[in-house]
Amino acid sequence: MLRFIIRRLVITIPTILVVITITWGLIRLAPGNFYSGEKAIPAAIEKNIREKYGLDKPWYEQYGRTIWNIVRHFDFGTSLKYEGQSVNSIIARSLPVSATVGILAYLLALVVGIIAGSIAALKPNSKRDHASMALAMLGISIPNFVLGPILVLIFSLTLYWLPPSRWNGFPSRNVILPVITLSGLYMAYIARLTRAGMIEVLRSDYIRTARAKGLSETQVVIRHALRGGLMPVVSYTGPALAFLVTGTVVVERIFLLPGLGNYFIQASLNRDEPLILGIVAFIAITLLLMNLLVDIAYAYLDPRIRY
Amino acid sequence: MPVPQMNEDRPTIAGDFEKPETGGVIAGTSLWRAAWRRLLKNRLAVFGMIVVAIITVASLFGPFVIKKLTGITPDFIPSDVTLLRSIPPLTAPDGSFSWTHPMGTDNQGRDVLARVLQGGQISLMVGIIATLVSLLIGVSYGATAGYLGGRIDNLMMRAVDVLYSLPYIIIVIVLLAVFKSQTARGQVVLLFIALGSVSWLTMARIVRGQVLSLKNQEFVLAARATGVSTPRIIFRHIVPNTLGPVIVYATLTIPTVMLTEAFLSFLGFGVQPPLASWGSLATDGIQNIGIFPWQLVFPGVTMALTLFSLNFLGDGLRDALDPQGSRR
Repeated sequence: MLRFIIRRLVITIPTILVVITITWGLIRLAPGNFYSGEKAIPAAIEKNIREKYGLDKPWYEQYGRTIWNIVRHFDFGTSLKYEGQSVNSIIARSLPVSATVGILAYLLALVVGIIAGSIAALKPNSKRDHASMALAMLGISIPNFVLGPILVLIFSLTLYWLPPSRWNGFPSRNVILPVITLSGLYMAYIARLTRAGMIEVLRSDYIRTARAKGLSETQVVIRHALRGGLMPVVSYTGPALAFLVTGTVVVERIFLLPGLGNYFIQASLNRDEPLILGIVAFIAITLLLMNLLVDIAYAYLDPRIRY
Repeated sequence: MPVPQMNEDRPTIAGDFEKPETGGVIAGTSLWRAAWRRLLKNRLAVFGMIVVAIITVASLFGPFVIKKLTGITPDFIPSDVTLLRSIPPLTAPDGSFSWTHPMGTDNQGRDVLARVLQGGQISLMVGIIATLVSLLIGVSYGATAGYLGGRIDNLMMRAVDVLYSLPYIIIVIVLLAVFKSQTARGQVVLLFIALGSVSWLTMARIVRGQVLSLKNQEFVLAARATGVSTPRIIFRHIVPNTLGPVIVYATLTIPTVMLTEAFLSFLGFGVQPPLASWGSLATDGIQNIGIFPWQLVFPGVTMALTLFSLNFLGDGLRDALDPQGSRR
């Protein structure tokens, strides 16, 4: 197990460097510059700008310096657009917003998805099963940027129950709509995975044994079946986290939340190279570490798995 | 699942035939026909198939038909201000009953139905072409890795593993943002490439798995013995036998790609005006949600319905082509 973790960590570092290199290469290969969107500038001023940002050096030197600062000091430099703010401080400020929405949405999706999936699995091919699975398919098919505004239309603009946008700290009513919007897709996926996993487990021998012992159906499901039936859900957590990142980008745009995703989109539009690199690297690191954690959890939950 | 064959230990297939054809001579066609029958028994899949067909045909011919009937093109803006706002369903600008704008008009006074149908052309095209791109890359890559095996296979699949763990959508956003094309058509081409080149990974894995189980079968041995070249064995003999899972996965890739396109269009990196997709139409609708909510609702619902149907069709195809598969 320890060897597995170490091996995975050893692969992780080059992977992150690959991500940073691809991103850096894309930004540099594209025609134009972060200041080329502005009006035409005199040659002397352009020379100064290039000097200030080290753009007059050969590309390998610029690349080397960027990587060195990241590897050595975990320093992505200062943003080109938000002058005087370091990339690290922007990430530190916006991360809590994204993390709050993301984690709450995933928890909500887990609770609702597992309950709905189990209910469907207990009576396969019943009306209940078909209804909840059709609902789940609907959840997968409705894009969250359509779902979000429709929820706003209903709950904010028509019923006046909830605020339509803006961030207002964590325990506030502003969180509710973004969280529901974000969790819709995962709820649906988790319900489908739970159903599939549970149906398979409920057919297995150890469940028959548990029933034969005279345990109540509730006990069989909660104590025995769920543990095995939830394995697909656990392994889905990895991909889910990746989708969660894209999901939060959309939700932050819809509800105007000052999160990582919103900054990332702004940075991409502004060609704010240090900020793009910083956020991409941060997301890559988070995803890779989370995937590792998921694999460890998987081994822990399923004693048959050995690395 | 290996090569389709009819024999006794697969009663699910044989059981579908009232009168089995003589011998196992046309086993290949039998499998497809059996799969087709199983598909037709799946009501949700049939529903999906019909809806997808209707939406495709409507998107292709709808704008022309509307132009013939009412003289309105998707980008027609009436010059008379009193004609600017029609509220759905089926009302004229003055509030009386009218067939002219079944889905009303948008904030510019354009017919929403015509725009939704025209948007469907772009959305479906992006979905299908990007899926074909991913099919091309994924099948070639997976088949090559699987057939060559050994160290090359190991290396190629490791690369896939690494790519899998990348936050690829983030990289696609950077790509589309910095390379933003000056023309709307250029941006659509960029979308094909970007979406196709990130969605081939699962396809490569599936095909590789198939090829691994196929490559030691007699027909491959026979091909090799008669001196067929390796690329020809891979693409003429092995790849056609992996078609079942490939079709299933391709059907499920189309909605995913369409969803990603819509997501990118929502963020402003996807389809650019004057072209429009369901995603960009819905995004315009979000801007005007307070006054023209139907401008979001109609493209959004059409798109959701299409994705919903494609997903059901894909699920149905999977059940039909792989009756023993327990994965759902």
